[in-house]
Amino acid sequence: MSANLSALFYLISGILFILALRGLSSPESSRQGNYFGIAGMTIAIIVTFLSVGNLGGGFIYVLIFLLIGGSIGAFIAFKIPMTAMPELVAGFHSLVGLAAVFVAISAFLKPDAFGLGIVGDIKLASLIEMSLGAAIGAITFSGSIIAFLKLRGIMSGSPITFKGQHFINLILGLGVLFLIYYLCISQSSNIFWSIVIVSFIVGVLLIIPIGGADMPVVISMLNSYSGWAAAGIGFTLENSALIITGALVGSSGAILSYIMCKGMNRSFFNVILGGWGATDQSSDKTTKEQKPVKNGNADDAAFLMKNASSVIIVPGYGMAVAQAQHALREMVDALKKNGVKVSYAIHPVAGRMPGHMNVLLAEANVPYDEVFELEEINNDFSNCDVAYVIGANDVTNPVAKSDPQSPIYGMPVLDVEKSKSVLFVKRSLSPGYAGIDNDLFYRDNTLMLFADAKKMTEEIVKSL
Amino acid sequence: MMEVDPFIFRLSIFILSIFVGYYVVWSVTPSLHTPLMSVTNAISSVIIVGAIIAALSSKSESIFDTSNIFGFLAIVLAAVNIFGGFLVTQRMLQMYKKKKK
Repeated sequence: MSANLSALFYLISGILFILALRGLSSPESSRQGNYFGIAGMTIAIIVTFLSVGNLGGGFIYVLIFLLIGGSIGAFIAFKIPMTAMPELVAGFHSLVGLAAVFVAISAFLKPDAFGLGIVGDIKLASLIEMSLGAAIGAITFSGSIIAFLKLRGIMSGSPITFKGQHFINLILGLGVLFLIYYLCISQSSNIFWSIVIVSFIVGVLLIIPIGGADMPVVISMLNSYSGWAAAGIGFTLENSALIITGALVGSSGAILSYIMCKGMNRSFFNVILGGWGATDQSSDKTTKEQKPVKNGNADDAAFLMKNASSVIIVPGYGMAVAQAQHALREMVDALKKNGVKVSYAIHPVAGRMPGHMNVLLAEANVPYDEVFELEEINNDFSNCDVAYVIGANDVTNPVAKSDPQSPIYGMPVLDVEKSKSVLFVKRSLSPGYAGIDNDLFYRDNTLMLFADAKKMTEEIVKSL
Repeated sequence: MMEVDPFIFRLSIFILSIFVGYYVVWSVTPSLHTPLMSVTNAISSVIIVGAIIAALSSKSESIFDTSNIFGFLAIVLAAVNIFGGFLVTQRMLQMYKKKKK
Protein backbone atom coordinates (compact mmCIF):
# COMPACT_ATOMS: atom_id res chain seq x y z
CA MET A 1 0.00 0.00 0.00
CA SER A 2 1.41 3.39 -0.92
CA ALA A 3 2.48 5.75 1.83
CA ASN A 4 -0.05 8.37 0.74
CA LEU A 5 -2.94 5.94 0.77
CA SER A 6 -2.06 4.60 4.20
CA ALA A 7 -1.70 8.16 5.51
CA LEU A 8 -5.27 8.82 4.36
CA PHE A 9 -6.51 5.72 6.15
CA TYR A 10 -4.69 6.79 9.33
CA LEU A 11 -6.49 10.11 9.03
CA ILE A 12 -9.80 8.23 8.85
CA SER A 13 -9.02 6.32 12.03
CA GLY A 14 -8.07 9.61 13.69
CA ILE A 15 -11.49 11.01 12.75
CA LEU A 16 -13.22 7.89 14.06
CA PHE A 17 -11.43 8.37 17.38
CA ILE A 18 -12.70 11.95 17.55
CA LEU A 19 -16.23 10.63 16.95
CA ALA A 20 -15.70 8.05 19.70
CA LEU A 21 -15.08 10.83 22.22
CA ARG A 22 -17.85 12.96 20.76
CA GLY A 23 -20.30 10.11 21.40
CA LEU A 24 -19.72 10.44 25.13
CA SER A 25 -21.67 13.69 25.22
CA SER A 26 -24.72 11.62 26.14
CA PRO A 27 -25.26 8.04 27.32
CA GLU A 28 -27.47 7.28 24.29
CA SER A 29 -24.85 8.17 21.72
CA SER A 30 -21.97 6.75 23.74
CA ARG A 31 -22.40 3.12 22.75
CA GLN A 32 -22.27 4.05 19.07
CA GLY A 33 -19.21 6.17 19.83
CA ASN A 34 -17.43 3.15 21.22
CA TYR A 35 -18.03 1.28 17.96
CA PHE A 36 -16.48 4.18 16.06
CA GLY A 37 -13.43 3.81 18.28
CA ILE A 38 -13.21 0.08 17.62
CA ALA A 39 -13.57 0.69 13.87
CA GLY A 40 -10.79 3.31 13.96
CA MET A 41 -8.48 0.90 15.75
CA THR A 42 -9.24 -1.94 13.32
CA ILE A 43 -8.51 0.29 10.32
CA ALA A 44 -5.24 1.48 11.84
CA ILE A 45 -4.02 -2.07 12.50
CA ILE A 46 -5.00 -3.45 9.07
CA VAL A 47 -3.46 -0.49 7.26
CA THR A 48 -0.22 -0.99 9.16
CA PHE A 49 -0.06 -4.63 8.08
CA LEU A 50 -0.72 -3.66 4.46
CA SER A 51 1.82 -0.85 4.44
CA VAL A 52 4.60 -2.94 5.93
CA GLY A 53 3.98 -5.06 2.85
CA ASN A 54 6.57 -7.79 3.13
CA LEU A 55 4.96 -9.64 6.00
CA GLY A 56 7.11 -12.75 5.77
CA GLY A 57 7.33 -15.08 8.72
CA GLY A 58 6.90 -12.32 11.28
CA PHE A 59 3.23 -11.78 10.51
CA ILE A 60 2.05 -14.95 12.18
CA TYR A 61 3.98 -14.04 15.34
CA VAL A 62 2.41 -10.60 15.38
CA LEU A 63 -1.01 -12.21 15.23
CA ILE A 64 -0.11 -14.62 18.02
CA PHE A 65 1.14 -11.86 20.30
CA LEU A 66 -1.88 -9.73 19.41
CA LEU A 67 -4.18 -12.58 20.42
CA ILE A 68 -2.27 -13.24 23.64
CA GLY A 69 -2.56 -9.60 24.68
CA GLY A 70 -6.11 -9.38 23.42
CA SER A 71 -7.33 -12.36 25.40
CA ILE A 72 -5.67 -11.10 28.57
CA GLY A 73 -7.34 -7.73 28.02
CA ALA A 74 -10.73 -9.25 27.28
CA PHE A 75 -10.49 -11.51 30.30
CA ILE A 76 -9.71 -8.56 32.59
CA ALA A 77 -12.48 -6.46 31.05
CA PHE A 78 -15.14 -9.08 31.77
CA LYS A 79 -13.93 -10.11 35.21
CA ILE A 80 -13.12 -6.76 36.81
CA PRO A 81 -15.65 -5.55 39.40
CA MET A 82 -16.86 -1.99 38.85
CA THR A 83 -15.49 -0.87 42.21
CA ALA A 84 -12.00 -1.71 40.96
CA MET A 85 -12.31 0.62 37.98
CA PRO A 86 -9.85 3.28 39.26
CA GLU A 87 -6.99 0.83 39.65
CA LEU A 88 -7.85 -0.81 36.34
CA VAL A 89 -7.57 2.51 34.55
CA ALA A 90 -4.29 3.26 36.34
CA GLY A 91 -3.00 -0.18 35.34
CA PHE A 92 -3.98 0.35 31.71
CA HIS A 93 -2.21 3.71 31.68
CA SER A 94 0.98 2.02 32.78
CA LEU A 95 0.73 -0.38 29.82
CA VAL A 96 0.38 2.48 27.31
CA GLY A 97 3.40 4.15 28.89
CA LEU A 98 5.51 1.02 28.75
CA ALA A 99 4.44 0.27 25.17
CA ALA A 100 5.57 3.78 24.20
CA VAL A 101 8.94 3.15 25.86
CA PHE A 102 9.35 -0.15 24.02
CA VAL A 103 8.49 1.34 20.64
CA ALA A 104 10.94 4.18 21.25
CA ILE A 105 13.68 1.71 22.22
CA SER A 106 12.96 -0.31 19.13
CA ALA A 107 13.15 2.79 16.94
CA PHE A 108 16.42 3.79 18.56
CA LEU A 109 17.95 0.35 18.03
CA LYS A 110 16.84 0.04 14.43
CA PRO A 111 16.15 3.52 13.03
CA ASP A 112 16.45 2.35 9.41
CA ALA A 113 13.28 0.24 9.76
CA PHE A 114 11.35 3.42 10.53
CA GLY A 115 13.18 5.56 7.99
CA LEU A 116 14.85 7.71 10.66
CA GLY A 117 18.44 7.34 9.55
CA ILE A 118 20.95 4.71 10.61
CA VAL A 119 22.34 3.66 13.98
CA GLY A 120 24.70 6.34 15.26
CA ASP A 121 23.30 8.88 12.81
CA ILE A 122 19.62 9.30 13.61
CA LYS A 123 17.91 12.45 12.39
CA LEU A 124 18.05 15.14 15.06
CA ALA A 125 14.29 15.78 15.11
CA SER A 126 13.54 12.06 15.37
CA LEU A 127 16.00 11.70 18.19
CA ILE A 128 14.32 14.46 20.18
CA GLU A 129 10.86 13.07 19.46
CA MET A 130 11.69 9.50 20.39
CA SER A 131 13.54 10.44 23.57
CA LEU A 132 10.68 12.68 24.67
CA GLY A 133 8.24 9.87 23.87
CA ALA A 134 10.36 7.42 25.84
CA ALA A 135 10.78 9.80 28.79
CA ILE A 136 7.07 10.66 29.08
CA GLY A 137 6.17 7.02 28.51
CA ALA A 138 8.49 5.93 31.30
CA ILE A 139 7.09 8.54 33.71
CA THR A 140 3.57 7.40 32.80
CA PHE A 141 4.52 3.79 33.39
CA SER A 142 6.16 4.06 36.80
CA GLY A 143 3.75 6.78 37.99
CA SER A 144 0.75 4.64 37.05
CA ILE A 145 2.22 1.63 38.80
CA ILE A 146 2.47 3.66 42.02
CA ALA A 147 -1.07 4.97 41.52
CA PHE A 148 -2.25 1.41 40.93
CA LEU A 149 -0.55 0.14 44.10
CA LYS A 150 -2.06 2.97 46.15
CA LEU A 151 -5.56 2.46 44.75
CA ARG A 152 -5.39 -1.28 45.17
CA GLY A 153 -4.34 -0.76 48.80
CA ILE A 154 -1.08 -2.69 48.34
CA MET A 155 0.72 0.54 49.15
CA SER A 156 -0.51 2.96 51.79
CA GLY A 157 -2.69 5.70 50.35
CA SER A 158 -1.18 8.31 52.62
CA PRO A 159 1.34 10.72 51.13
CA ILE A 160 4.99 9.73 51.38
CA THR A 161 7.07 12.85 51.79
CA PHE A 162 10.67 13.49 52.73
CA LYS A 163 12.87 16.50 52.99
CA GLY A 164 14.16 17.99 49.78
CA GLN A 165 11.75 15.91 47.73
CA HIS A 166 10.72 18.66 45.37
CA PHE A 167 14.33 19.70 44.92
CA ILE A 168 15.30 16.16 43.92
CA ASN A 169 12.37 15.99 41.49
CA LEU A 170 13.46 19.27 39.95
CA ILE A 171 17.06 18.10 39.58
CA LEU A 172 15.97 14.81 38.03
CA GLY A 173 13.55 16.57 35.66
CA LEU A 174 16.27 18.94 34.49
CA GLY A 175 18.61 15.95 34.33
CA VAL A 176 16.32 14.23 31.82
CA LEU A 177 16.27 17.34 29.64
CA PHE A 178 20.04 17.60 29.81
CA LEU A 179 20.43 13.93 28.89
CA ILE A 180 18.17 14.44 25.87
CA TYR A 181 20.37 17.33 24.80
CA TYR A 182 23.47 15.23 25.31
CA LEU A 183 21.92 12.34 23.38
CA CYS A 184 21.42 14.62 20.40
CA ILE A 185 25.13 15.42 20.34
CA SER A 186 26.52 12.00 21.13
CA GLN A 187 23.92 9.53 19.75
CA SER A 188 25.17 7.25 22.52
CA SER A 189 22.95 4.36 23.48
CA ASN A 190 24.06 4.55 27.11
CA ILE A 191 22.60 8.04 27.31
CA PHE A 192 19.36 6.79 25.80
CA TRP A 193 19.07 4.06 28.44
CA SER A 194 19.85 6.61 31.15
CA ILE A 195 16.98 8.80 29.97
CA VAL A 196 14.60 5.85 30.29
CA ILE A 197 15.86 4.87 33.75
CA VAL A 198 15.88 8.38 35.21
CA SER A 199 12.37 8.92 33.87
CA PHE A 200 11.18 5.77 35.61
CA ILE A 201 12.49 7.21 38.87
CA VAL A 202 10.85 10.59 38.22
CA GLY A 203 7.51 8.84 37.73
CA VAL A 204 7.77 7.11 41.10
CA LEU A 205 8.87 10.23 42.98
CA LEU A 206 6.15 12.29 41.32
CA ILE A 207 3.28 10.15 42.58
CA ILE A 208 4.38 8.94 46.05
CA PRO A 209 3.73 12.30 47.80
CA ILE A 210 0.13 12.42 46.55
CA GLY A 211 -2.55 11.12 48.90
CA GLY A 212 -5.51 8.85 48.26
CA ALA A 213 -8.25 11.42 47.85
CA ASP A 214 -6.19 13.35 45.32
CA MET A 215 -6.16 10.30 43.10
CA PRO A 216 -8.78 11.72 40.70
CA VAL A 217 -6.23 14.38 39.74
CA VAL A 218 -3.40 11.86 39.49
CA ILE A 219 -5.32 9.47 37.28
CA SER A 220 -6.40 12.27 34.96
CA MET A 221 -2.85 13.59 34.84
CA LEU A 222 -1.42 10.17 33.96
CA ASN A 223 -4.15 9.84 31.33
CA SER A 224 -2.88 13.06 29.85
CA TYR A 225 0.76 11.91 29.97
CA SER A 226 -0.04 8.67 28.18
CA GLY A 227 -1.49 10.82 25.38
CA TRP A 228 1.59 13.04 25.11
CA ALA A 229 3.82 9.96 25.06
CA ALA A 230 1.76 8.53 22.19
CA ALA A 231 1.99 11.84 20.35
CA GLY A 232 5.78 11.89 20.78
CA ILE A 233 6.00 8.43 19.22
CA GLY A 234 3.55 9.59 16.54
CA PHE A 235 5.95 12.36 15.52
CA THR A 236 8.82 9.88 15.40
CA LEU A 237 6.88 7.48 13.21
CA GLU A 238 5.36 10.34 11.17
CA ASN A 239 1.97 8.75 11.77
CA SER A 240 -1.05 11.03 11.82
CA ALA A 241 -3.35 8.55 13.61
CA LEU A 242 -0.95 8.50 16.55
CA ILE A 243 -0.45 12.27 16.52
CA ILE A 244 -4.20 12.96 16.45
CA THR A 245 -4.93 10.37 19.13
CA GLY A 246 -2.09 11.55 21.32
CA ALA A 247 -3.33 15.13 21.15
CA LEU A 248 -6.92 14.06 21.90
CA VAL A 249 -5.96 11.93 24.88
CA GLY A 250 -3.48 14.49 26.13
CA SER A 251 -6.00 17.30 26.14
CA SER A 252 -8.73 15.05 27.52
CA GLY A 253 -6.61 14.14 30.54
CA ALA A 254 -5.57 17.75 31.03
CA ILE A 255 -9.19 18.93 31.06
CA LEU A 256 -10.17 16.22 33.53
CA SER A 257 -7.30 17.22 35.84
CA TYR A 258 -8.46 20.81 35.61
CA ILE A 259 -12.06 19.85 36.47
CA MET A 260 -10.86 17.77 39.42
CA CYS A 261 -8.61 20.54 40.76
CA LYS A 262 -11.47 23.01 40.45
CA GLY A 263 -13.69 20.59 42.34
CA MET A 264 -11.27 20.93 45.25
CA ASN A 265 -10.48 24.61 44.71
CA ARG A 266 -6.80 23.79 44.55
CA SER A 267 -4.20 24.56 41.96
CA PHE A 268 -2.67 21.76 39.96
CA PHE A 269 0.74 22.41 41.52
CA ASN A 270 -0.68 22.34 45.00
CA VAL A 271 -1.95 18.82 44.34
CA ILE A 272 1.24 17.63 42.65
CA LEU A 273 3.49 19.01 45.36
CA GLY A 274 1.90 16.81 47.98
CA GLY A 275 -1.30 16.52 49.87
CA TRP A 276 -3.44 18.09 52.44
CA GLY A 277 -3.12 14.78 54.19
CA ALA A 278 0.42 15.77 55.10
CA THR A 279 -0.73 18.71 57.21
CA ASP A 280 -1.83 17.55 60.62
CA GLN A 281 -2.74 20.94 62.05
CA SER A 282 -6.21 20.04 63.27
CA SER A 283 -5.66 16.55 64.64
CA ASP A 284 -5.27 17.65 68.26
CA LYS A 285 -8.08 20.17 68.01
CA THR A 286 -10.65 17.48 67.25
CA THR A 287 -9.72 15.39 70.26
CA LYS A 288 -9.94 18.33 72.65
CA GLU A 289 -13.47 19.51 72.11
CA GLN A 290 -16.16 16.89 72.43
CA LYS A 291 -19.19 18.54 70.93
CA PRO A 292 -22.50 16.74 71.29
CA VAL A 293 -23.82 14.81 68.35
CA LYS A 294 -27.20 13.25 67.80
CA ASN A 295 -26.93 9.55 67.39
CA GLY A 296 -29.56 7.55 65.53
CA ASN A 297 -30.30 4.03 64.37
CA ALA A 298 -31.73 2.44 61.27
CA ASP A 299 -35.33 2.70 62.48
CA ASP A 300 -35.04 6.44 63.04
CA ALA A 301 -33.57 6.85 59.59
CA ALA A 302 -36.27 4.71 57.99
CA PHE A 303 -38.99 6.66 59.78
CA LEU A 304 -37.58 10.03 58.70
CA MET A 305 -37.17 9.05 55.08
CA LYS A 306 -40.51 7.25 54.78
CA ASN A 307 -42.32 10.37 55.88
CA ALA A 308 -40.30 12.69 53.68
CA SER A 309 -41.54 13.90 50.35
CA SER A 310 -38.10 14.27 48.84
CA VAL A 311 -34.74 12.70 49.64
CA ILE A 312 -31.34 13.51 48.16
CA ILE A 313 -28.59 10.92 48.37
CA VAL A 314 -24.98 12.07 48.60
CA PRO A 315 -22.61 9.17 47.88
CA GLY A 316 -18.84 9.28 48.38
CA TYR A 317 -15.82 7.05 48.38
CA GLY A 318 -17.07 5.25 51.49
CA MET A 319 -19.96 3.85 49.45
CA ALA A 320 -17.46 2.36 47.00
CA VAL A 321 -15.37 0.87 49.80
CA ALA A 322 -18.39 -0.69 51.49
CA GLN A 323 -19.85 -1.77 48.10
CA ALA A 324 -23.11 -0.27 49.29
CA GLN A 325 -24.48 0.80 45.89
CA HIS A 326 -26.83 -2.18 45.48
CA ALA A 327 -28.20 -1.89 49.00
CA LEU A 328 -28.65 1.80 48.36
CA ARG A 329 -30.69 1.14 45.22
CA GLU A 330 -32.93 -1.27 47.18
CA MET A 331 -33.46 1.40 49.80
CA VAL A 332 -34.39 3.93 47.13
CA ASP A 333 -36.80 1.47 45.50
CA ALA A 334 -38.52 0.97 48.83
CA LEU A 335 -38.75 4.72 49.34
CA LYS A 336 -40.17 5.25 45.89
CA LYS A 337 -42.90 2.74 46.67
CA ASN A 338 -43.81 5.02 49.53
CA GLY A 339 -44.09 7.91 47.10
CA VAL A 340 -40.86 9.62 48.09
CA LYS A 341 -39.03 11.53 45.38
CA VAL A 342 -35.36 10.50 45.38
CA SER A 343 -32.40 11.97 43.53
CA TYR A 344 -28.63 11.60 43.80
CA ALA A 345 -26.09 14.42 44.16
CA ILE A 346 -22.55 13.80 42.93
CA HIS A 347 -19.64 16.02 43.84
CA PRO A 348 -17.00 16.27 41.08
CA VAL A 349 -14.27 14.74 43.25
CA ALA A 350 -16.38 12.10 45.00
CA GLY A 351 -14.56 8.78 44.74
CA ARG A 352 -11.15 8.00 43.42
CA MET A 353 -11.50 8.92 39.76
CA PRO A 354 -13.63 11.23 37.62
CA GLY A 355 -17.16 9.83 37.30
CA HIS A 356 -16.48 7.01 39.78
CA MET A 357 -19.82 7.37 41.62
CA ASN A 358 -21.81 7.53 38.39
CA VAL A 359 -20.42 4.20 37.23
CA LEU A 360 -21.18 2.51 40.54
CA LEU A 361 -24.74 3.83 40.59
CA ALA A 362 -25.21 2.78 36.97
CA GLU A 363 -23.97 -0.67 37.95
CA ALA A 364 -26.68 -0.83 40.61
CA ASN A 365 -29.25 0.00 37.91
CA VAL A 366 -29.86 3.55 39.06
CA PRO A 367 -31.24 5.40 36.02
CA TYR A 368 -28.80 8.14 35.00
CA ASP A 369 -31.53 10.78 34.84
CA GLU A 370 -31.91 10.55 38.62
CA VAL A 371 -28.23 11.38 39.14
CA PHE A 372 -27.23 15.04 39.20
CA GLU A 373 -24.01 17.03 39.28
CA LEU A 374 -23.25 19.56 41.99
CA GLU A 375 -24.37 22.68 40.07
CA GLU A 376 -27.57 21.02 38.89
CA ILE A 377 -28.81 19.96 42.28
CA ASN A 378 -27.25 22.24 44.86
CA ASN A 379 -30.25 24.58 45.02
CA ASP A 380 -32.60 21.69 45.66
CA PHE A 381 -31.22 20.92 49.11
CA SER A 382 -33.20 23.78 50.63
CA ASN A 383 -36.46 22.18 49.42
CA CYS A 384 -35.52 18.69 50.40
CA ASP A 385 -36.63 16.89 53.56
CA VAL A 386 -33.79 14.44 54.07
CA ALA A 387 -30.23 14.34 52.79
CA TYR A 388 -28.71 10.88 53.10
CA VAL A 389 -24.91 11.21 53.14
CA ILE A 390 -23.27 7.87 52.56
CA GLY A 391 -19.50 7.65 52.54
CA ALA A 392 -18.90 11.31 51.73
CA ASN A 393 -17.40 13.79 54.17
CA ASP A 394 -15.25 16.76 53.14
CA VAL A 395 -17.43 17.54 50.14
CA THR A 396 -20.36 18.30 52.46
CA ASN A 397 -18.47 20.39 55.01
CA PRO A 398 -20.11 23.82 55.40
CA VAL A 399 -16.80 25.17 56.75
CA ALA A 400 -15.67 25.49 53.14
CA LYS A 401 -18.17 28.32 52.79
CA SER A 402 -17.81 30.02 56.16
CA ASP A 403 -14.26 29.77 57.50
CA PRO A 404 -11.49 31.45 55.48
CA GLN A 405 -8.93 29.81 57.81
CA SER A 406 -9.95 26.32 56.79
CA PRO A 407 -7.73 24.49 54.29
CA ILE A 408 -10.78 23.62 52.23
CA TYR A 409 -12.18 27.16 52.20
CA GLY A 410 -13.54 28.01 48.78
CA MET A 411 -13.95 24.41 47.70
CA PRO A 412 -17.38 23.94 46.12
CA VAL A 413 -19.45 21.82 48.54
CA LEU A 414 -22.90 20.29 48.47
CA ASP A 415 -25.28 22.40 50.58
CA VAL A 416 -26.41 19.38 52.53
CA GLU A 417 -27.03 21.37 55.73
CA LYS A 418 -29.86 23.29 54.07
CA SER A 419 -32.12 20.26 53.92
CA LYS A 420 -34.59 19.80 56.80
CA SER A 421 -32.65 16.89 58.21
CA VAL A 422 -29.38 15.20 57.43
CA LEU A 423 -28.64 11.52 57.89
CA PHE A 424 -24.92 10.96 57.98
CA VAL A 425 -23.72 7.37 57.64
CA LYS A 426 -20.18 7.09 58.92
CA ARG A 427 -18.18 4.65 60.96
CA SER A 428 -16.84 7.22 63.41
CA LEU A 429 -16.49 10.94 63.96
CA SER A 430 -13.00 10.92 62.49
CA PRO A 431 -12.18 13.72 60.09
CA GLY A 432 -12.01 13.10 56.35
CA TYR A 433 -9.08 13.26 54.01
CA ALA A 434 -8.53 16.99 54.47
CA GLY A 435 -7.89 16.27 58.14
CA ILE A 436 -10.52 18.71 59.37
CA ASP A 437 -13.58 18.27 61.47
CA ASN A 438 -16.91 18.35 59.67
CA ASP A 439 -19.15 20.98 61.20
CA LEU A 440 -22.16 19.13 59.87
CA PHE A 441 -21.84 16.39 62.51
CA TYR A 442 -22.81 18.79 65.30
CA ARG A 443 -25.73 20.54 63.66
CA ASP A 444 -29.17 20.21 65.22
CA ASN A 445 -30.69 18.80 62.08
CA THR A 446 -28.02 16.11 61.68
CA LEU A 447 -28.54 12.55 62.80
CA MET A 448 -25.38 10.47 62.84
CA LEU A 449 -25.71 6.82 61.90
CA PHE A 450 -22.55 5.13 63.10
CA ALA A 451 -22.12 1.97 61.05
CA ASP A 452 -20.71 0.46 57.93
CA ALA A 453 -22.42 2.09 54.95
CA LYS A 454 -23.67 -1.18 53.49
CA LYS A 455 -24.91 -2.68 56.76
CA MET A 456 -26.72 0.49 57.77
CA THR A 457 -28.40 0.80 54.39
CA GLU A 458 -29.49 -2.84 54.51
CA GLU A 459 -30.93 -2.36 57.99
CA ILE A 460 -32.87 0.67 56.79
CA VAL A 461 -34.27 -1.40 53.92
CA LYS A 462 -35.46 -4.02 56.42
CA SER A 463 -37.02 -1.45 58.62
CA LEU A 464 -38.84 0.19 55.70
CA MET B 1 8.54 29.56 -2.86
CA MET B 2 10.54 27.69 -0.27
CA GLU B 3 9.46 24.23 0.73
CA VAL B 4 7.81 23.70 4.08
CA ASP B 5 9.31 21.00 6.27
CA PRO B 6 6.84 18.09 6.63
CA PHE B 7 7.38 18.40 10.36
CA ILE B 8 5.43 21.65 10.27
CA PHE B 9 2.46 19.83 8.75
CA ARG B 10 2.56 17.23 11.50
CA LEU B 11 2.85 19.95 14.09
CA SER B 12 -0.23 21.61 12.54
CA ILE B 13 -2.19 18.36 12.78
CA PHE B 14 -1.05 18.00 16.39
CA ILE B 15 -2.07 21.49 17.45
CA LEU B 16 -5.38 21.41 15.64
CA SER B 17 -6.12 18.03 17.25
CA ILE B 18 -5.46 19.51 20.68
CA PHE B 19 -8.11 22.12 19.92
CA VAL B 20 -10.54 19.48 18.65
CA GLY B 21 -9.86 17.44 21.77
CA TYR B 22 -10.41 20.47 23.98
CA TYR B 23 -13.86 21.22 22.61
CA VAL B 24 -14.95 17.61 22.28
CA VAL B 25 -13.95 16.70 25.82
CA TRP B 26 -15.70 19.71 27.36
CA SER B 27 -18.91 18.45 25.76
CA VAL B 28 -18.59 15.06 27.49
CA THR B 29 -21.17 14.75 30.23
CA PRO B 30 -19.56 14.47 33.71
CA SER B 31 -21.40 11.25 34.45
CA LEU B 32 -19.43 9.59 31.64
CA HIS B 33 -16.00 10.70 32.79
CA THR B 34 -14.96 7.19 33.80
CA PRO B 35 -15.84 5.70 30.39
CA LEU B 36 -14.04 8.69 28.87
CA MET B 37 -10.88 7.67 30.66
CA SER B 38 -11.16 4.03 29.68
CA VAL B 39 -11.89 4.82 26.04
CA THR B 40 -9.03 7.33 25.75
CA ASN B 41 -6.90 4.59 27.23
CA ALA B 42 -8.01 2.22 24.52
CA ILE B 43 -7.48 4.63 21.65
CA SER B 44 -4.05 5.75 22.84
CA SER B 45 -3.04 2.13 22.33
CA VAL B 46 -3.05 2.90 18.62
CA ILE B 47 0.64 3.01 19.47
CA ILE B 48 0.39 -0.64 18.46
CA VAL B 49 0.98 0.70 14.94
CA GLY B 50 4.55 1.52 15.93
CA ALA B 51 4.86 -1.79 17.72
CA ILE B 52 3.85 -3.74 14.60
CA ILE B 53 6.36 -1.86 12.45
CA ALA B 54 9.04 -2.55 15.05
CA ALA B 55 8.17 -6.23 15.25
CA LEU B 56 8.16 -6.74 11.48
CA SER B 57 11.29 -4.75 10.80
CA SER B 58 13.52 -7.78 10.37
CA LYS B 59 16.12 -7.86 7.64
CA SER B 60 15.16 -11.43 6.66
CA GLU B 61 17.58 -13.60 8.69
CA SER B 62 16.17 -13.59 12.20
CA ILE B 63 12.72 -12.49 13.28
CA PHE B 64 13.77 -12.09 16.86
CA ASP B 65 16.56 -9.61 17.30
CA THR B 66 16.50 -7.17 20.21
CA SER B 67 14.56 -4.46 18.43
CA ASN B 68 11.92 -6.97 17.26
CA ILE B 69 11.51 -8.36 20.74
CA PHE B 70 10.70 -4.91 22.08
CA GLY B 71 8.22 -4.59 19.24
CA PHE B 72 6.53 -7.87 20.13
CA LEU B 73 6.39 -6.95 23.82
CA ALA B 74 4.82 -3.62 22.91
CA ILE B 75 2.24 -5.46 20.80
CA VAL B 76 1.19 -7.57 23.77
CA LEU B 77 0.90 -4.53 26.07
CA ALA B 78 -1.01 -2.46 23.54
CA ALA B 79 -3.30 -5.39 22.71
CA VAL B 80 -4.20 -5.87 26.38
CA ASN B 81 -5.16 -2.23 26.43
CA ILE B 82 -7.08 -2.19 23.16
CA PHE B 83 -9.25 -5.19 23.96
CA GLY B 84 -9.46 -4.45 27.67
CA GLY B 85 -10.15 -0.75 27.15
CA PHE B 86 -12.87 -1.02 24.54
CA LEU B 87 -14.59 -3.98 26.19
CA VAL B 88 -14.65 -2.49 29.66
CA THR B 89 -15.96 0.77 28.20
CA GLN B 90 -18.66 -1.18 26.42
CA ARG B 91 -19.53 -2.96 29.65
CA MET B 92 -19.83 0.32 31.52
CA LEU B 93 -21.86 2.05 28.85
CA GLN B 94 -24.36 -0.84 28.78
CA MET B 95 -25.17 -0.04 32.40
CA TYR B 96 -26.24 3.54 31.83
CA LYS B 97 -29.99 3.29 31.52
CA LYS B 98 -32.83 5.76 31.56
CA LYS B 99 -35.73 5.62 33.96
CA LYS B 100 -38.33 3.05 32.95
CA LYS B 101 -41.54 4.87 32.32
